[in-house]
Amino acid sequence: MNDLRHLRGDFPILSREVHGHPLIYLDSAATTQKPVQVLDAVDRYYRTLNANVHRSAHTLSAEATEAYEGARAKVARFVNASSPDEVVFARGATTALNHIAYGWGLNRLSEGDRVLLTVMEHHANIVPWQLVARHTGIELVYLTLDDRYEVDLGGLDGLVDERVKVVAFSGMSNVTGTLAPVQALVDAARSVGALVVVDAAQLVPHAPVDVQSIDADFLVFSGHKMLAPTGIGALWGKPERLEEMEPTEGGGEMIADVGLYESRWAPPPQKFEAGTPPIAQAIGLGAAVDYLSAIGMEAVAEHERAIVGYALERLDEIPDLTVYGPGDHERRGGAVSFSLADIHAHDIATILDQHGIAVRAGHHCAKPLMRHLRVPATARASFYVYNTRSDVDRLVDGLLDARSVFGLGN
Amino acid sequence: MSTLDELYRQVILDHYRSPRRRGTLSGPHVHAEGLNPSCGDEFSIDVRVEDGVIVDVAIQGQGCSISQSSGSMMAEAIVGKTVDEARELTEAFKRMMGITEGDDPLDPDRPGAVLGDLEALQGVRKFPVRIKCADLPWTTLTDALDRAAS
Repeated sequence: MNDLRHLRGDFPILSREVHGHPLIYLDSAATTQKPVQVLDAVDRYYRTLNANVHRSAHTLSAEATEAYEGARAKVARFVNASSPDEVVFARGATTALNHIAYGWGLNRLSEGDRVLLTVMEHHANIVPWQLVARHTGIELVYLTLDDRYEVDLGGLDGLVDERVKVVAFSGMSNVTGTLAPVQALVDAARSVGALVVVDAAQLVPHAPVDVQSIDADFLVFSGHKMLAPTGIGALWGKPERLEEMEPTEGGGEMIADVGLYESRWAPPPQKFEAGTPPIAQAIGLGAAVDYLSAIGMEAVAEHERAIVGYALERLDEIPDLTVYGPGDHERRGGAVSFSLADIHAHDIATILDQHGIAVRAGHHCAKPLMRHLRVPATARASFYVYNTRSDVDRLVDGLLDARSVFGLGN
Repeated sequence: MSTLDELYRQVILDHYRSPRRRGTLSGPHVHAEGLNPSCGDEFSIDVRVEDGVIVDVAIQGQGCSISQSSGSMMAEAIVGKTVDEARELTEAFKRMMGITEGDDPLDPDRPGAVLGDLEALQGVRKFPVRIKCADLPWTTLTDALDRAAS
């Protein structure tokens, strides 16, 4: 098995103790820990390169611009974009999805048009469309999940027709770990000329992503879910779509010329980057891309599949434990949501926390999915490059202790 | 007693598994609902007040053991009390949880004398994240009593 154990030394926070136990961080779907390489890049920027970008004629500004645009080029290469101009920096996937819904959707969708989503969407890929629906009278329609937690493609026949103008879906569920059937959804969208939007927030950090082969129109992801700082993410778009999209934020940097009553926009990507950008954070994202590229995304994915496989195997030993997600570790992501007997997810998380184990409990910003699963909340363990089989063993010990605390035998 | 044992005492688990006074009231009553949006705990209460006395209580909800057991213990504790006594109990509970400033209401020589089963929840103070779970039913009760008064 491909073992990335040697990486743990790069993550200072993993030496922490929580309640007297070594921290076991199983909440990477919420946010990821940062390697020193990323921390050093951000620190070095502020110590040696800090200046505003794009506009100035002095050396520091030129160096800062080079570093910022260099980060953009790295991100573009990471997802195999044809050009850095196709990558817009945004605060994260949520902001990027709002840019698309408001910047593309508001002007190009009208009453009776439909947006096709899935019930496993994160709120970030539901609520912006609802907001646009208020202004435009569009309808939202949903594909459901089948009893194996896969997107039910059977629903496509009934739902995909010429009214559908947008097909937007999560590449990988942050709750069930379900991988979207990307090709089938893209084909269905193309058959009716619909726009394809991929929420890749859980996908880009965990698997190789090639925007050329996916053939989406827009694809979004967040830096803090891939070893980079908070406050930075990316919106990738096909050049034609970025041309069609209107800016949602106006201000400096995104203009070519400003008059009293009208202005002309700068070309993409600057068109969508109003104001001083999150320069340090973008540089941090560039460093995270370097770090992940050095491991290789195939190796990252393989490591995760092995850990998840081991986790599913060990969780299966625990009586009254239900995993909500595909059972085949080769065909699912690193988010493992579960329930345990009648113990509320919140209580599971508290007990695990006492053992130094960080998991998440709640609806994971996916309330429609929770209703579909018919559970009010789940506990979720999510894995990344720095997790090991030993982390899984500690998780299982903690869950057995939870059973014991709640008076259930082993 | 280990910290988890302090949090998850038998009394709490008993109320979680067999919550008292679950259901709804028919006839005249006030209804109030509470929610902890961050964790999804839900709680609702029906209260019938006659001549300033809480004559009947029914509760519903779903959520963690702390919120639901707190609600169950609360429901048991307030039936038959006057509205003023219920408000005093609420105050004592909040002081026990450290939500409001004031002297610790508990008497170490007479465990259970002040707040009955509710005293089992004092361990929640060591789990600050969970204090709002324990408090949810009481905030909901206050809402219900305010409605009854108006």
